[in-house]
Amino acid sequence: MHSLIYNATTTKPLSRWLSNALYRKNNLFLFLLLTPPLLWFGIVYLGSLFALLWQSFYTFDSFSMAVSPDLTLENYRSLFDATNFDIILRTGTMAIAVTLACACIGFPIAYYMTRYGSPAEKGFFYIAVMLPMWASYIVKTYAWTVILSQEGILYWGINHLGLASTLSNVLQIPAIGGNTLATSNLGRFIVFTYIWLPFMILPIQAALERVPTNLLQASADLGAKPAQTFRRVLFPLVFPGVIAGSIFTFSLTLGDYIIPQLIGPSGLYIGTMVYTMQGSVGNMPLAAAFTVVPIVLIFIYLAFAKRAGAFDAL
Amino acid sequence: MAIAVEFSAVTRHYGNVKAVDNVTISVAEGEFFSMLGPSGSGKTTCLRLIAGFEQPTHGSIKIFGQEAAGTPPYEREVNTVFQDYALFPHMNVLDNVAYGLQVKGVAKNEYINRAEEALRLVALGEYSKRKPSELSGGQRQRVALARALVNRPRVLLLDEPLGALDLKLREQMQLELKTLHNKLGITFIYVTHDQGEALSMSDRVAVFNKGKVEQCDNPRNLYTHPKTRFVADFVGTSNVISSDLAQKITGNNHPFSIRPEHISIYHNHKNVMKIEGVVADVQYHGATSKIEVDVGNKMLAFVLSNTEYSETHLPQSGQKLTLCWPQNRMVMLST
Repeated sequence: MHSLIYNATTTKPLSRWLSNALYRKNNLFLFLLLTPPLLWFGIVYLGSLFALLWQSFYTFDSFSMAVSPDLTLENYRSLFDATNFDIILRTGTMAIAVTLACACIGFPIAYYMTRYGSPAEKGFFYIAVMLPMWASYIVKTYAWTVILSQEGILYWGINHLGLASTLSNVLQIPAIGGNTLATSNLGRFIVFTYIWLPFMILPIQAALERVPTNLLQASADLGAKPAQTFRRVLFPLVFPGVIAGSIFTFSLTLGDYIIPQLIGPSGLYIGTMVYTMQGSVGNMPLAAAFTVVPIVLIFIYLAFAKRAGAFDAL
Repeated sequence: MAIAVEFSAVTRHYGNVKAVDNVTISVAEGEFFSMLGPSGSGKTTCLRLIAGFEQPTHGSIKIFGQEAAGTPPYEREVNTVFQDYALFPHMNVLDNVAYGLQVKGVAKNEYINRAEEALRLVALGEYSKRKPSELSGGQRQRVALARALVNRPRVLLLDEPLGALDLKLREQMQLELKTLHNKLGITFIYVTHDQGEALSMSDRVAVFNKGKVEQCDNPRNLYTHPKTRFVADFVGTSNVISSDLAQKITGNNHPFSIRPEHISIYHNHKNVMKIEGVVADVQYHGATSKIEVDVGNKMLAFVLSNTEYSETHLPQSGQKLTLCWPQNRMVMLST
């Protein structure tokens, strides 16, 4: 017996020796584990982002079309020029509308998945929510241009329901209307909402999943009607999930440059503006300044959310 | 005395499983009533039926004479203390306690006064600004109690409220609950799987097994006169003697049970029932020692007080003994 143990400790293979050494030196293990991802995150993610932000202070000579590394605040000032500020307002308004719509549509679906769905139904809903994300984003957007066009299935359905005049009345409304659905802000809004909805449903569903059923029962037990339970217990506890989802839908809309090109009226969005500035114009500094806008807007949004108590339940 | 809660032939199915099977009980106003049983015996389902979280499949539940089946929880004059407290994590202690009053539209200064009073009742007056996560298990338990009591329910439902506490704290809370019950005079319905807890606190106990009530009686009768084998076994410890062994001892094949503390090794004119056996195990329990005796295919347990004399004369493993007990301590079992 003794000799067996003796043998085991002397003829230790290298792998065993290595794992024992790493087990004893816990910090070394953590260092080895974390260094590659931290380098990736630090250099590729944050480093490139800061390099971009730094460029937003460079000077662009509109006459020679050349960028020189002389630092200036001119790019930020020009964001407030009427044409540029219009772009920010247009994009921001759409982002808010899309976020609200996604929250209103996503919450009931997530609620049903969590509270009422059997395991099989839950699986079905997961697939149903995620399936559209597996298809190419550009293909889906082009598909929507067909759906929304005058020969498309949506018009066909609306005509058969006898709602053609209602639709044309809706399309008369200045801010959201247009010649057809495919060239209206309404159409663009529908496509944005469709594309980003899963990003709202999944965080809300995860937050709902974490609320124990007995808290809702306790609320009812203490005399709260279902609406009161929703407002005072369920919603505050799920609010962080709604905020997480809204950050996705809000920032994705702010940064998108494909949907505004393919669907809806002309007029630049932040995404298309960045695309134009750094692509065809070569005004990298202004493009960089425009990318700062969504970051700042998200920070402002988070500050409001925090004041509204979004993170009290965390 | 008025009847607080009355079950008439209540059955609750989950698919093919009968969680509660034809239960009929009635709880008097002001009573401390316990529902005792192993897990899955239907006791918690009964409590949830009273609270309104479940609806009966058949039968009627009356709360103070009013049919409760079909009424949602928020319209019942009962409040629940949950097993894992179910405190609202995003509210501080005061808001948790005041919640029931807030949703009923009680004015702000009144609900604050009443919530603070309820917190003083459970000795947590200073903790009103804390979050539940900043409290210990025992303190959370008290908050849950205050949150239920502040609504002045006519029936307080307690679902294994002490299950998560350690032994010392549990004993202290048992005493406090009993004191509260005497002070408030409202009906307590208490679910537990701890027979000691049920016996020491309750006016009456319903023993549940497989969805049915085996026996419903006061603690003394339950202990001294268990009606079924299950009750004899579950409430306290008992030596349940089956027919063939009974035949050997009493000359009659009726099964019976005998408590360990009634078995003796000292023979006198009262201890007429006798059986021989071999000591299999001696367990030291501090104040007492428990001795397991093999009487042939069956272990009988008996208890000796650890006096100075008995400690030096404890039976040893392997020793032959004759156990005896008085006839009137035997409880004849129906099944």
